[in-house]
Amino acid sequence: MTALARTASGMPAITYNFAYLDEQTKRMIRRAILKAIAIPGYQVPFASREMPMPYGWGTGGVQVTAAILGANDVLKVIDQGSDDTTNAVAIRSFFETTAGVATTTRTQDATIIQTRHRIPEAPLREGQVIVYQVPIPEPLRYLEPRETETRRLHALADYGLMQVKLYEDIARHGHIATTYAYPVKVAGRYVMDPSPIPKFDNPKMDDSPALQLFGAGREKRIYAIPPYTRVVSLDFEDHPFAVQAFAEPCALCGAKGVYLDEVILDDRGSRMFVCSDTDHCATRQDEGHTGSMSAPYGEGRP
Amino acid sequence: MSPQMTSHPDAPLLVAEGLAKYYGSRLGCRDVDLSLHAGEVLAIVGESGSGKSTLLGLLSTEMAPSAGRVSYRMRDGEMRDLAALSEAERRLLLRTDWGFVRQHAEQGLRMAVSAGGNVGERLMAVGWRHYGNIRDEAADWLARVEIATERMDDDPRTFSGGMRQRLQIARNLVTRPRLVFMDEPTSGLDVSVQARLLDLIRQLVEEFGLAVVIVTHDLAVARLLSHRIMVMKSGRVIEQGLTDQVLDDPREPYTQLLVSSVLAA
Repeated sequence: MTALARTASGMPAITYNFAYLDEQTKRMIRRAILKAIAIPGYQVPFASREMPMPYGWGTGGVQVTAAILGANDVLKVIDQGSDDTTNAVAIRSFFETTAGVATTTRTQDATIIQTRHRIPEAPLREGQVIVYQVPIPEPLRYLEPRETETRRLHALADYGLMQVKLYEDIARHGHIATTYAYPVKVAGRYVMDPSPIPKFDNPKMDDSPALQLFGAGREKRIYAIPPYTRVVSLDFEDHPFAVQAFAEPCALCGAKGVYLDEVILDDRGSRMFVCSDTDHCATRQDEGHTGSMSAPYGEGRP
Repeated sequence: MSPQMTSHPDAPLLVAEGLAKYYGSRLGCRDVDLSLHAGEVLAIVGESGSGKSTLLGLLSTEMAPSAGRVSYRMRDGEMRDLAALSEAERRLLLRTDWGFVRQHAEQGLRMAVSAGGNVGERLMAVGWRHYGNIRDEAADWLARVEIATERMDDDPRTFSGGMRQRLQIARNLVTRPRLVFMDEPTSGLDVSVQARLLDLIRQLVEEFGLAVVIVTHDLAVARLLSHRIMVMKSGRVIEQGLTDQVLDDPREPYTQLLVSSVLAA
C-alpha cells in the first residue's frame, strides 16, 4: 500500500504498518515469545500495547498474532469454536485490513489459528501455530491474590495450593468440578492456565505437533507450549482427570467424541446439541454426514 | 524421646544468639539469647509493646534480624543458620518441621477453604496426591482437636473462635512438626473455651514431644503450659528461668509488678 493513496474526498487514506503494530513492537513481542518457548509454561512479561479493541476481546492474542504473521500466512480466527461470531469476524477482518493476509475457516488450511476458548477438533499438524486469547494468565490468582507471592510459588514449583482447589471441588461436589481453564503442568515444571478452553480440549495440548502461544493483553503476559511437549492435567490418584462426555452425537452432523454446544430452541425446554467447532461440523455435513435434526438432503443448502 | 535425641542428647533444637531488631531508629528487641530443647515449652511474657511478637517473628524467620542469628537443628541432626537457608528449604521447614499458631485465626487459616482442605493443605504441599488418604488424615486430625467430622467440609468462617484455634492447631500438627510457635493462641476466647484449648495444647505437646515457643501476656497461660519463662520489657529480656521459680519468686521489680497485677480469681 502506498502512503500517498487518497480517498475519494481527497483525504489521505489510512495506512497501517504490516499487521498494525510497528516493527519495534513486533520485535519486542517476538523476544517475549522466544523466551516463552524456551521456558515452556512460564509467564513472560511483555510491554502490551493499546489495541483498537477493548480488553477482554483478545488484545493479547492479537498482538501475538501480529508479531508472528507473515505475508504468506493463512489466518483462521475462532471464537468459542465458531468462525462467524463477532469476535472472530472482527479480528479476521482486522488482519485482512491491516496485513492483507489470506484468511480461511478451514483448520487444515490455516498456518496461524487465533482462538478464544477452543482448540479445533481437526488435529493440528507440524508448522501450524495456535494463538490463545487469555484473560487471566495466573492459575493461582484466586487462591493467592498477591502477585509477588504467586511468582515465588512458580519459582519454587510450590503447587500444593492448586491441589487444594481440586480438593475443595471434590469435597463440595464429589468430583473435580472445574470444567474450563483446568490447570495443567507443562514439561513437568510450570503449572499453567490453558485459557478458558473446556477441559475437553486439555488432552489436545499434550504432545501437540503445533506450536501453542498464549497472549494476555491486559495482564501483559505471554507464555507458550513448544511442539511435542508433555502437558498433564492436574488431578488426584483416586480422582483421575477425565474429560466431559456427551450422551448424544451432534444433531447436525452426527459427530461423536467432539465438544458440543447446547442450543435452546424455544421457551418450552426444547434443545439441541451441536458441534461447537463450526468448521468441523460443516466439513462433515459436506461429506454427507447427518444428525437427528439435519434438514433433508438438499434442503436449506445451496 | 525421639530417635534424633539419642545421637545428640544435649543438643538444643533452636538457638538464638545476640538477636536484635530495629525498626529504623526504634527498638524492637535486642540482646536476646536463648536455646530451646526438643519437647521444651518456653513462654515469652511481657506487656504489649515489650518486643514479644518481634522476637517471635525473628525466631520463626518471618522477619530478618538487624543483628544476631538463629540456628536450628534440622531433622538430619545438622545445626543450620536459618538466615543461610534457601527460600525453598525455609518454606519446607515452615510447613513440615514447624508450625505457627496465630492469635487471629484468619491469618493462620484459609477462610474460604473447608476445614478438611485447611488441614490437608500441608500434606498436598509435601506431595500427597491421593484424595482418600488426605481426607482420612484430615479427619483423624480434626477428631484429635475435637472438631466433629460432619463439620469437615464447612468453612472456618462458620466456626466459633475456639474451633478456629483448634483447627489452626490441627492444620499445623498434621505434618508432625517438632517446633511450634504460638502467638497469644488463647486471647479473645472466653475462659471455659480457653481452658479446653490449653488442655488440648498441653496434651498434644506431651503426646508428640513438641517444642513450643509461646508468646502470651497471660501469666496463667504461661504457668499452665510452659517449663521456662522469659520476661521482656522495652525490647529486652529482663528475667528468665523455670516458670514456677519466676512466677512464685520474681526477682525483678517489673516481674513482681506483673505477677502481683494478676487478679486472684
